[in-house]
Amino acid sequence: MKIHLENVVKTFESFQAVKGVSLDIESGELVALLGPSGSGKTTILRMVAGLEYADGGAIHFGDQDATDIPVRDRGVGFVFQHYALFPHMTVADNIAFGMKVSKVKRDRAAIDSRVADLLRLVRLEGLGDRFPAQISGGQRQRVALARALSVDPKVLLLDEPFGALDANVRRDLRRWLREIHSELGITTLFVTHDQEEALDLADRVVILKDGQIVQQGTPQEVCRDPKSAFVMKFLGDANVIAAEVKDGRAHVGGLSIEAAGVADGRGELYARPRDIDWSVEGPGIAAEITRVLDRADGRRVLATTGAGEALEFDVEPERVVKAGDAGFVTLRRAKVFCATLRLP
Amino acid sequence: MRRRNVLPGLPLSLGVTLFYVGLIVVLPLAALAFKAASLGFEDYWRIVSSSRAVASYRVTVLSALGATVFNLFFGLSLAWVITRYRFPGRRIIDAVVDLPFALPTAVAGIALTALFANSGWFGSVLEGLGIKVAYTPIGIMIAMCFTSLPFIVRTVQPVLEDLDPALEEAAQSLGGSDWTIFRKVILPLLAPALLAGVSLSFARCLGEFGAIIFIAGNQPMSTEITALLIFIRLEEYDYQAAAAIASVLLLAAFFMLAVTNWLQARALRYTVKG
Repeated sequence: MKIHLENVVKTFESFQAVKGVSLDIESGELVALLGPSGSGKTTILRMVAGLEYADGGAIHFGDQDATDIPVRDRGVGFVFQHYALFPHMTVADNIAFGMKVSKVKRDRAAIDSRVADLLRLVRLEGLGDRFPAQISGGQRQRVALARALSVDPKVLLLDEPFGALDANVRRDLRRWLREIHSELGITTLFVTHDQEEALDLADRVVILKDGQIVQQGTPQEVCRDPKSAFVMKFLGDANVIAAEVKDGRAHVGGLSIEAAGVADGRGELYARPRDIDWSVEGPGIAAEITRVLDRADGRRVLATTGAGEALEFDVEPERVVKAGDAGFVTLRRAKVFCATLRLP
Repeated sequence: MRRRNVLPGLPLSLGVTLFYVGLIVVLPLAALAFKAASLGFEDYWRIVSSSRAVASYRVTVLSALGATVFNLFFGLSLAWVITRYRFPGRRIIDAVVDLPFALPTAVAGIALTALFANSGWFGSVLEGLGIKVAYTPIGIMIAMCFTSLPFIVRTVQPVLEDLDPALEEAAQSLGGSDWTIFRKVILPLLAPALLAGVSLSFARCLGEFGAIIFIAGNQPMSTEITALLIFIRLEEYDYQAAAAIASVLLLAAFFMLAVTNWLQARALRYTVKG
């Protein structure tokens, strides 16, 4: 089912949570709404579900205008951040709930066999008789997903689905959700503030800030070509170095970097920690190492430039560096944006 | 290895509380049982099964049942309104719910009698409709309702406040109607609190005295409650008979609390970690 949002607006009391969002989600696509807290991503998801009504704009499911259809008739499966399992029902009863209350009457045997199928799908065979309090967080989230899928939803919506779980469980569930999605091919929209989760899981990532879409595209598109300093910083660690932009190139410390389309004047270089090289002799931006952190996948160096900017970058594990070393950094790759006014 | 408690003073607090319970709760009850037991079985049975006593049990238990059932519905809807809606005067209503706790029950009884007597505001209107409240079992029920209302409201209210709104949203997204959600999701989760409220309310109704004696008319065999009959026996210095009748009330209260505790444990089965 294709979803189409057109200029959707939502205001709570005096706070405008969503400021005119238009978005198309193709049938069978897996899309992430990514943004910091307060960016309106959960509100958008809840409006698509029908748990919240849009103040303006329209939401279409396929050819149907769904803007005013209440949640119980909208045919969506919703997975809540804290599972929202019915605590007084067993796992099997939780999954069967939607089928039992449905207007489409099913007999006991049909419901039981569907519950068994769903338990198999979420790999929880044998746990049907447990109560939610008796299973782990990851298992609860899987029950929540099975319950949402039980009513054959046209659209699957997940609100920070792995937010409350620890890192390892989260990674497993991510891979598993991806598998389920390719198996069922159901149009899926999920909300997260974790950029790694969005990039790992989604076909397409929609990045939100202050109730508006700032950029959208495949993980490759948004990672390789961030259109703004906000996206660059939000997607991962970034070092910021002040530079002078002239005629489409940024200049700092003897380096010259491509900066097509950036206005002349003060600019800012954004470089990922992996894209910075360290050398004892110039040329480059003069810097002094303040600390070296040893990590499983390499050595992370903290340094300060002559201008007082803090840098973080990685060197090979064998590289001999220590706090107090002076040297130069060069940039293998960097994005240049106009300088933003920064509050002191 | 000895397990260390985070809070110190278990032996002390255990000693003090057990001593207190023994002195203030168990000792008087034991004295009551002892007094009742000092009658022979035949005398005991004659007293507790006398027609006047049985009539008093009947009117007390039936009125208490009626009052509790009424408060179950009314208390639940009151708690619902107070927690779910924001309206002017909500906090005042919230505070008024506790008044029956604060008001001396005799004052409540006199006020209710004044209202429901033939010449009272409500009584005169009801008289026209052919309904008599004061000096009838209905009056007893109304007095019981009044004094036991806070129990159900105050036991249900916190549970209702803590109910995760996502549960209702989840049920809605699965296609449940409002009534289905109330019946299958909300009510089962409120059941333990409702049961606790019902048992407290019923126990209070059984023992209520002050509020009732003014409105009941106190006619032996029809509107005489058990608590009053005990009081009458005491005034006659017939302590053994008073203790015997009181022991019946005590057993009834014990039995009822045991049943509700069992029901409550059943309703809370799902919280047990496996």
